Amino acid sequence: MFVFIFRRFLFALPIALAVAAVCFSLVHLAPGDPLTAVIPADAPAEVVIAIKEAYGMDRPLWIQFVSWVQRAVQGDLGVSVATGRPVMGDIQLALSNTLTLAFASAFLGFSGGILLGALAAVYRGTWIDKAATAVAITGVSVPHYWLGLILVIIFSVQLDWLPSMGAGPGGSANWAWDWAHLRHLILPAVTMCFIPMGIVTRTVRATVAEILNSEFVTALQARGLRRPRITLHIAKNAAPTVLSVMGLQFGYLLGGSILVETVFSWPGTGFLLNTAIFQRDIPLLQGIILVLAMFFVALNLLVDVLQTLMDPRIKRS
Amino acid sequence: MSTQAKSFALAAETAAISRGYWSTVWMRLKRDKVSVFCASILLVLVMIALFAPWIAPYDPSQGTMMKRLSAIGTPGHWLGTDELGRDMLSRLMYGGQMSLLMGLLPVFIAFVIGTALGLLAGFFGGWVNTLIMRTTDVFFAFPAVLLAIAISGALGAGFINAILSLTLVFIPPIARVAESVTTSVRNLDFVDAARASGARSLTIIRVHILGNVLGPVFIYSTSLVSVCMILAAGLSFLGLGVKPPVAEWGLMLNTLRQSIYIQPWISVLPGLMIFITSLCFNLLSDGLRGAMDIKR
Repeated sequence: MFVFIFRRFLFALPIALAVAAVCFSLVHLAPGDPLTAVIPADAPAEVVIAIKEAYGMDRPLWIQFVSWVQRAVQGDLGVSVATGRPVMGDIQLALSNTLTLAFASAFLGFSGGILLGALAAVYRGTWIDKAATAVAITGVSVPHYWLGLILVIIFSVQLDWLPSMGAGPGGSANWAWDWAHLRHLILPAVTMCFIPMGIVTRTVRATVAEILNSEFVTALQARGLRRPRITLHIAKNAAPTVLSVMGLQFGYLLGGSILVETVFSWPGTGFLLNTAIFQRDIPLLQGIILVLAMFFVALNLLVDVLQTLMDPRIKRS
Repeated sequence: MSTQAKSFALAAETAAISRGYWSTVWMRLKRDKVSVFCASILLVLVMIALFAPWIAPYDPSQGTMMKRLSAIGTPGHWLGTDELGRDMLSRLMYGGQMSLLMGLLPVFIAFVIGTALGLLAGFFGGWVNTLIMRTTDVFFAFPAVLLAIAISGALGAGFINAILSLTLVFIPPIARVAESVTTSVRNLDFVDAARASGARSLTIIRVHILGNVLGPVFIYSTSLVSVCMILAAGLSFLGLGVKPPVAEWGLMLNTLRQSIYIQPWISVLPGLMIFITSLCFNLLSDGLRGAMDIKR
């Protein structure tokens, strides 16, 4: 078992390195110099050279990459071109806000999805099944940034019940677990929970329906097991599949929150990424994408390992 | 299902298959009310977008500042006007051109490239497979939304860049599906037979493999269209897609967002169009999956 985990971890390393390479080279996809944002157009040539040297951009690309990775491993992602602050500090703060939002929507989406999916599978073909399927397909088809806008119109503009912007009173970016902050969390979290809810509903419905059709459930019923015990057996069989889908969805919540964060001015990584793009703040852009992608790689690794731990049928090769 | 019923069903299916695969799929799709309904709506939307220059009541880029943000139901502008006094109905009609194109084109290009890559990887195996599939693995390490936004953000705003970034996002998943189908087909007896009779690789791919791979990959690709619609409009919504004053649903949503305190329900309209389109594509894709899965 430990050998398997160790090997799976080793496989993740080259992926992580390649991901870092993609993040790094993104910048060089862009036409023009990455430093155009900071250097005035009429700056003299020697000033341009001095600035390039200060940012280390006068060296060959691969050396820049190696030193970037070396420093990134030590938690140093460079200095923001726009603010002059270390990128890492800003990203940490933003990431904690994004994680808060992602956990809240994951909780809503996963519990809703499991409930709806299980109900749909048990009452297959009835109106309950049809309603759950309709909710699921709406959840995956709705542009969530538009859904957020509608919620803002209803609950902020018309009813004036909930705030529509920021993560706390007075636009504070520091999260706290009190009502003043929680009020700000409700609308973005509800907006974001619909995609994972739709996908988890579909997965749970399909998985549970398949298990309900299998012979061992009939055998359990024939042996006279009560419903709670049978439910436990079904849950144990459905867990690996559902878990892997939920892991992926959580990753998408982290990486895909940019649109919702923009709608609600939520001070998370997506909002920061948006700022970085429009200020052409390259170190910040690279840093955010790297951190989010690494989270996603780690999450995939975790799901893989958990899945194997839970389901002995998966070959550990 | 009892054994007898199963054999009846099997006989019915055999009869159906003898009619030819695609005509059976077509028959089954036509019988599915939801699919027919969604296909008709999509057809109407495409028609409206194509014929917008002839049927739109106003010029989509000319506005009257005196009539800014008129409410829905205003005589002459029955879907209201936007923040620059442009007619919403006309802009929604024209907006379909860009939005539909940005939803379909990346998936189509990715379908062509991804299928080709998947076929190569699956058919030749070995180092070709390793090279292609390990490269797609790297792109799988990014959430799709993040990847699209990151590439668009690096390349800068614009129609071509948005198409490019979305295409790049959809190639890896399509290639992966194509590869796994190709690998499973490659080891079937009829491929061995073709090879034994001296057919060249290209002929085997074209005659024996392509037909078996295209169907599943096509179904999978249709399920991506709705994601692509939402993502493309999302890029425009962030200011990374088409640039103003082009009418595009995502961009309209972005600019009208500033006016939600004055005319909230007008800003909802472009998003509603994205939602209807993506919902129809999703339902149609589900219907197609059901219709093409003849074994079940």
